[in-house]
Formats: sequence, C-alpha cells, structure tokens
Amino acid sequence: MHRRSGTGYTGIPAWIYAIAAAGALFVLLPLVAMVARVNWSEFIPLITSESSLTALGLSLRTSAASTASCIVLGVPLALILARSPFPGQRLLRAFVLLPLVLPPVVGGIALLYTFGRQGLLGKSLELAGIQIAFSTTAVVLAQTYVALPFLVVSLEGALRTAGNKYEAVAATLGARPGTVLRRVTIPLVLPGLASGAVLSFARSLGEFGATLTFAGSLQGVTRTLPLEIYLQRETDADAAVALSLLLVAVAVAVVGLSYRRPRLGVAPEGALR
Amino acid sequence: MRTARKHVPALLAAGALAAGLAGCAAGTPGAAGTGSNSSAGASETPTLSGAITVYAAASLKSTFTKLASDFEAKNPGTKITLNFAGSSDLATQITQGAPADVFASADTKNMAKLTDAELIDGAPANFATNVLEIAVPPSNPASISSFADLAKPGVKVVVCAPQVPCGAAAETVEKATGTTLAPVSEESSVTDVLGKVTSGEADAGLVYVTDVKNAGDKVKGIRFAESDQAVNTYPIATVGTSKNKELAAAFIAAVTGSEGKTVLSDAGFGTP
Repeated sequence: MHRRSGTGYTGIPAWIYAIAAAGALFVLLPLVAMVARVNWSEFIPLITSESSLTALGLSLRTSAASTASCIVLGVPLALILARSPFPGQRLLRAFVLLPLVLPPVVGGIALLYTFGRQGLLGKSLELAGIQIAFSTTAVVLAQTYVALPFLVVSLEGALRTAGNKYEAVAATLGARPGTVLRRVTIPLVLPGLASGAVLSFARSLGEFGATLTFAGSLQGVTRTLPLEIYLQRETDADAAVALSLLLVAVAVAVVGLSYRRPRLGVAPEGALR
Repeated sequence: MRTARKHVPALLAAGALAAGLAGCAAGTPGAAGTGSNSSAGASETPTLSGAITVYAAASLKSTFTKLASDFEAKNPGTKITLNFAGSSDLATQITQGAPADVFASADTKNMAKLTDAELIDGAPANFATNVLEIAVPPSNPASISSFADLAKPGVKVVVCAPQVPCGAAAETVEKATGTTLAPVSEESSVTDVLGKVTSGEADAGLVYVTDVKNAGDKVKGIRFAESDQAVNTYPIATVGTSKNKELAAAFIAAVTGSEGKTVLSDAGFGTP
C-alpha cells in the first residue's frame, strides 16, 4: 500500500492508510450487506413490477425536471456569488446553502407553509388556478429545494478557480457582458456546471423527507422510488431491498459519470441532461 | 477479600434499610403496584426493580407515556423506557435482536410475526381496540358528513396505503360500504395522514378515533357507522429474550388492569 515510486515522497504516514481503509469499509460494508440480502431469484420480477417501474420512471422524470430548475435558478445565483461583491453576499450564500444542512423534513414543512393550500403563496396560486398540493409539481419543488445548493456550490467553486482574466480580456476587446457570459464564462466552467448538475440530479433522485412531508405519496403522481421503498418495507422486505439496490445502481452510475466528465475537458452536452 | 469484608456491614445495613422501607410500603394501603398482588411483603418487593424497555405502536404514545410514569411512581426503583414507532418497524427491530422487553402492537398481524418466530413469551393479551374516523379541518371546507361524502368529486381525501394497518382498515371499510375512494395521497403512516389534514392540505383523512381525540381542536372528527367493519385489536406481550420478565409482566398487568383500561378509554380506545 505504501508506494514509493518516482520521487517516492507522498507525505502520507502509513497509519493514515489504515484509517482511510476503515473509512472506505464503513461506506462500502453496508452496501455489501444489502447486496447479500437481495433475493436474487425474485430480483428481476421485484424490480420490474408495475409499481416499481412507475416509481422509477417518476423518479427519473422529476429528477430531470428538478435538475433543469436547479440550472435555471442556480447558474445566476452562482454567478453573482462568485463574481460581483455586494452587501449581504455572505448572508445570501449562507441561506442558499441552508438546505444542504437542513433535515429534508424541515424543508418539507417550510415548503408546505409556502406553497401549500393554506401557505404564504398557496392561496394566491389557488386563485390563479394553480394547485401544487399532491401534484408532481410538488415533488419537483421539493427536489429542487434540496438539490439547488449542490449546483450553486459546484459552479461557484468552478467560477472562482477559473478566475476572471479571460472575461476581462474579452471585455477589453469590446464584448458586451451578455456575450462574455455566453462565449467565455459558461464554456470555461462547463465541467463544473456539468458535475454540479449531475450531483443535483443524484440528490433529487434520493430525495425523501421533503417529498413525503410536502407532496404526499400516490403511485404515478408523487410516489418516487425512495417513497416506494419506504412503503414496500412495511410488507415486503425483499422488494424494499431489491429497489434499494436499483436506486444505488442508478446513483452510482450518475455520480460515476460526474467524476469522469471533468477530466475530458469541456463536457459534452449530454452530461447536462 | 479485605474489601469484600469491609462491605459486609454496609450491605447488611442496606438490607435492613430496604426491609424497613418495604415494610413501610406494605403497611401503606395502595402503595404496592397495580396488577401485582398488593399483599406482597418484604420478600416480594425487591423483584419489582430494574428497568425494562417497552416497544409500543406510535398510536399508544400518550397513553403509554402516562401509564409508564404512573407505574414508575407506584413502584419506586423501576424504570420503564418507551420506544414508539410503527408496529411493523418495531416487529422488524425485535426480529433483528433489538433489546425489547415488552411489545405492544397496533394490530394482531405484526404480533403474529413475532409469535410465529417464537420470540414471544406466552400468549399475547389483547388490551385495546381502535376504529377509523374521518378527520377534517375544523372549518370542514368540503362539508363532509358521511363516508360516502369522501367519494364526492373534488374532495381531496388522504388515506393510509393498503400496506399499513390503517390503510388495510380503510380498504375493508370501502368494501363494506361499497364506496370507492380516489385518494390524492396514500401515506405510510397515520401520523402523515393527520398532518395533511391539520395543515389544511387535504379536505379529509381517514385516521383512528384516538388520533382525532389526540389532535384536540386542530381537526374535527366525523364518526361513521361502517367503521365497526374494521376493528383493529392491540395485543401486548413479553418478549422472550427479556432479562426482567417479572417487571415486564407487572407492566403488562398494569396496562390490561383497571388503571390501564381507564387511561386507554379516556384516549378513545375501545375494549376488546
């Protein structure tokens, strides 16, 4: 494990490897334990049952919609947080990042009192003929709420690392701010944007607490894969484990994608989906 | 050895003190624990000591909290730790070796999981029943007055999913009344159904009578005759691995005894 190649100096004491191995095991062992509990003979029927496929489809669709909302709302937020200093910027950043540390159920309660029928905006929305309660829109709102910080953090980091030298040069060459943003800034931070989007997607996929509190649970409308797992656990442990493994597989694929893309330089457009 | 010898007089003194206290307790009418023989003398009293953990269905939270604190007050030196959750969660935890001494389930099905796995000592005792009731926000925005009203178009009704006991009961009632509901949400727990009603998101929800009573004036309850088609029975039993079966049995006796009956019926539970 202790490799001494090239210059040979890694600066890492040997005992760090032991603790790192324990840390890795701590994350991997529960997954191994879950895989060991899968009833393989029933696995395919369990994950292809109508309710499972409906839940998976709903999860993928709502997560895609949430990721799109995160990009629309998150890119401007990251830009002003990274580029233009203004009074209260630190406070704004703290509030934008809040859902990251807030228990999702708290986010759900907050959303309920905002967009619910009796909520701050709910009554006006209802007068306008928009009903959010118990709809797929509520699921997307809940997921966007919890996933937005992931996009903002990733993109703000990328923007700060990239610096604004190229933007300044473009401006001195006569490019207007809109052109600089479109032709210089965004292409420069595209890998960061892509990995932020993928993380948001992964977070949306796993969203449970806020959805349960705010959107309810109905097959095909609001019952996403995590909610289906929670319900199946009541009666059918095998189904719950099989669906959990499915969710892990999708999440691993998504996160794996996000950590490969940046190395390719500018991410292909497909990574943004 | 020296330290042991040094402790002997102290132990004797403590024993004498305990006997004295026990004597006082036995001399005071009504001081002995409910359910256990009140004639218990100095030799019986020390057996009711130590601690037990009671795993109880979430719907028993207020009643069991009261019963446990009353029990502790009547039996000094005992400690009842309560753990509330959905019955199926609790049954799973006990199957996985959770250190429970007593299990009180909200339905016979989850108790049967444990008796089938031979994890229960003796036969479970049924101590309460519960039936469904319609809960509506205090203003009753959808003007619900009967079970059939729940099927009116545009009424946002929330129920439990058929996989959980309250949802199974709701399904039974639907069949009995011939009324098919089109719920806007099927929740995993009765608490979530009640939450959707108290927050005003839903026009009505199907919950237990005891939940409506517990929610106070946050919801209005509407009873319906067909609810007796789906009566939930609550069984209680000692878990086989319990290390303090005397205390577990004494607590179960308190729950099934007259004091338990009073507390439970005050909360809206029926008698089996």
